[in-house]
Order: sequence, then structure tokens, then C-alpha cells
Amino acid sequence: MSSDLGTPRRPASARVRIDGLSALSGGLAVVLLALLVVPVVALALASSPADLVAGVRDPLFAPALSLSLRTTLVSLLVVVITGTPLSWWLASSRLRLASVVALLVDLPVVIPPAVVGVALLETFGRRGLFGPELHALGVSIPFTTAAVVLAQVVVAAPFFVQAATNAFRKVDLDLLVVARTLGASPGRAFLRVAVPVALPGLLGGAALCWARALGEFGATLLFAGNLPGRTQTMPLAIYTALESDIRAALAISLVLAAVGVALLFVLRAAPGALSRERRLRGVSARVGRS
Amino acid sequence: MSWLVRVCATLGPLELDVDLCGDARPVALVGPNGAGKTTLLRLIAGAYRPQAGRIEVGGRVLFDAAAAVDLPPERRAVGYVPQGYGLFPHLGVADNVAFGLRARGHSGGRRAARLAAERMLDELGCASLAGRRPTELSGGEQQRVALARALVVDPAILLLDEPLAALDASARRQLRRFLADHLRRRARPSIVVTHDARDVLALEAEACVLDAGRVVQRGTADQLRRAPANDFVAELFGG
Repeated sequence: MSSDLGTPRRPASARVRIDGLSALSGGLAVVLLALLVVPVVALALASSPADLVAGVRDPLFAPALSLSLRTTLVSLLVVVITGTPLSWWLASSRLRLASVVALLVDLPVVIPPAVVGVALLETFGRRGLFGPELHALGVSIPFTTAAVVLAQVVVAAPFFVQAATNAFRKVDLDLLVVARTLGASPGRAFLRVAVPVALPGLLGGAALCWARALGEFGATLLFAGNLPGRTQTMPLAIYTALESDIRAALAISLVLAAVGVALLFVLRAAPGALSRERRLRGVSARVGRS
Repeated sequence: MSWLVRVCATLGPLELDVDLCGDARPVALVGPNGAGKTTLLRLIAGAYRPQAGRIEVGGRVLFDAAAAVDLPPERRAVGYVPQGYGLFPHLGVADNVAFGLRARGHSGGRRAARLAAERMLDELGCASLAGRRPTELSGGEQQRVALARALVVDPAILLLDEPLAALDASARRQLRRFLADHLRRRARPSIVVTHDARDVLALEAEACVLDAGRVVQRGTADQLRRAPANDFVAELFGG
């Protein structure tokens, strides 16, 4: 029985039972993992360097890249400027209205993007809700670059607002009370304390939001169309290129996939690395003191 | 310098009905968890709004429901050190202490504010911490920095929420002595929340027992030990 010392029995037997399950569940998990990863690998292997160069030189590539960058940066800016105060209110309000608003903000996540496109047409289109007023002002939004931005904002904003609200909720109330008693106005306490403390969460939300805007396809296609140079963003250019030159489609796809992987790294790896680095600095400082 | 806190407030499950006054000597607020001690400090700081009452410090009215006076926290001249100290994690120690000076538009700009912050740290015996991050400090060091940050803007009343609770025994003894010294020399009103009868003794404070939102007893540690109003007081002061 001395061999049992240091290895308690219960966890061991529990592990065996879990192992028994994992033969099946492990197999299922591998199937899913393969479905997630293999296409990305296939995409990376699909084109030779020469194909890539040809794809990048395709007349579809540069305008789509430029339009995607411009529109997503504008929509990110719009989302951050309008979404930050909304998130702050959602995080600090105890009203029942706040939970209703939080639910409304999540709507575009559960509604298919194509439906969002139709809904935007029914709002801003010529026969839409604001159609007559916009027409009277001489403004036409559908099938313009502004429509691209609107579609991206609607589809991507929930990702930022959710993340920002969670980040603001974690800001200790006492930090804000202290800031106020020290003489900070509500605005100063927000900008100098709440925002910096919540910054990792805000940046993560902004990154997710940008990734979602960059990949926007359905709502853009229906509300903004697929006009090269005006509304043809990178996902739409892939759609067009598949019918003409698959090399261009692959090149654009690779760029989008690389951006996605880079964002994933920033989102998942960077905070961990940051806190590790902070811990190390803390340890060295403590050692240095003694 | 006298102060007066008379507040009625309903906040969630807590019904606070408190009538307290004092002078420059520290008041130790004791009571079981959920008695409303932290809430009372936050009411004085202006984080919550009472339904009725009046708060006055040194002849200055901070809140008066009848006269519709309700100064925002930034105009109350209240020094608040919360439980866990509430240091701003994204700022260095010197910038933490200088925060209040900058928020008040300290004459002389950033550098002057930083110098004043460093002088304050020096006064509290922790000048060497100026270049550190709050995450690198021990509990006792964080407490001193939080105190420096509150004191540098010269508040009329100091509110300390369990200033010694998170410290180990030796740090607690050391900081208790330091706090008692400092509050005596400063001779300005202060309210200190504590769970430790030794704090009440060391600070030479008048104890004020809060239970379920009401003051159930006031007196020196000695008086409370001799005639405890309830089991909680008896246990706390070892009567």
C-alpha cells in the first residue's frame, strides 16, 4: 500500500472513467478540429508564389483592398465613437431598460447578414422608411460607399459593444469614486480612469469588430451591391474573382486569412504575454528591492 | 473642526438611518458585515445620494436634502481610501498621487504636480516608491501610497475603509502606529472603518457601532468593553 502514497486513488479512478469517454468524444473532437483547420491549410497551400503575384496584380485586388481598408476603418471609428458611451451606460445602469437595450444591441448577431441587408434597404432605400425624406434631400444611400460603411457598422458594432460593456463592468466602482473625490469631473474620471483600466477589453472588442467588418459580405452585397471601386470590398471581390481568375480570389483570401490570424494572435496571445511580462517585471522589481 | 452626518438612504436591501457627529478626533466605525459601513463612507463621499438628511464638514454643507444642496464628489473635499486601496493600476505611484493635483488644475503644470506628489510621498516615508507600479507594492506600501494620494489635495475629512485589514500581522502593527501618529498630527476629522478593537485603541478613536444601518452604540473602547450594547460589541471588545 506504500506505493499508493502521494497518488490518491479517487482522482486516478476518475481519470480512467474520463479516458473511457474520451475515445469517442476525442474522435468527434478531432473531426471538428480537422474541419476547422484543414481548409485554412488548403488555402495556404493552394497557390504558388507566382500565382500569388499574378493574383495581387489582378485589377480586382488593389481597389478592393483599398476600399476594404478605408470603409472598415471608418466603420470602426463610428462604432468606437458611438459604442463607447453606449457600453459605459450599459455597464453602469441598473435600469431594466439597460438589459432591453443590451438585447437590442445583440440583434444583428442573431439575424443573418443578408436579412440585415434587406432591413437596411427597407430603412434607407428609395421605398424605405426614410426613402422620401432622403430623396427630398437629394441623398441616395444604397449602392454607395456609405452603404458599405452602414452595413459594416450594423453587423460589427455588437461585437465591440459586448466586449466594451464587459470591460467597463469590471472597472471597480471605488476607483471612480476615488477619482471623483480627488477632483475629477465625471468626464475626466471616465477618460482618465475607466477607459485606461478597461483598455485591454476595449481593444479586444475593437479588434473583433474590425475583423467582423472586414469579412462583411451578405449585408454589403444586398444593401451596397458589388460595384468595383465603390462597394466591392475584399469579400465581394473574392466572389467576383471566383468567376474570372481564381488566382485573384486566392490572393485576396490569403490576405484576409492572414489578417484574421494576426488578429487572433493579438486577441489571444498578446494579453497573456502582457500579463506574463508584467509579472516578470514585478518579480524583478521585488527582487531588486530586497 | 467639527462634522455632522445625518442621512437616511435606502440602497438595495440596506436601509441606512444614521446620525453622527464628531470633531478632529478620529471616529472608528465598527459593525458586522452588511451593517452599512462602506455605504456610509460612500454617501459622505458623494457616490450615492441619500433620500434625506444633511452632511456638513467644518461648517461647509456638502449635502442638505431640505435645501437641495448636493455637492458632487469633486467639490466635497473628502479624502476617500477604499478597501483594497483603489490605486489606479494603469498609473505609476507618483502619477497616482499627482492625480488629484492635476484634476484640480494644479498651478505650475505636470512637473510641479509631480514634485508635490513626491514631497507628499516623502512625508509619509515612502519617497522610494515614486517610480514603482501599484502592482509591485506590498499591501502596506499600497496603503501608504493611497493615503498620500488622498492627503495631497488636503481634504477636510478623511474616510478610510478597513485601512489595515489586508495586511499581515507585522505590517498591520507598523501601519497602525503610523496611522495613529499621522491622524493625531493632522488633527482633522477622520472616519476609519475597522474590524479590530486594537485599531480603536491605537487611534484613540471614539468607536461608533453600526448595525443594520443604524448606530447602536458610541463610546471609547473602554466604555464599549464595560457596557457592550450587543453580542457583536461584546465579542469585538472582549468584554
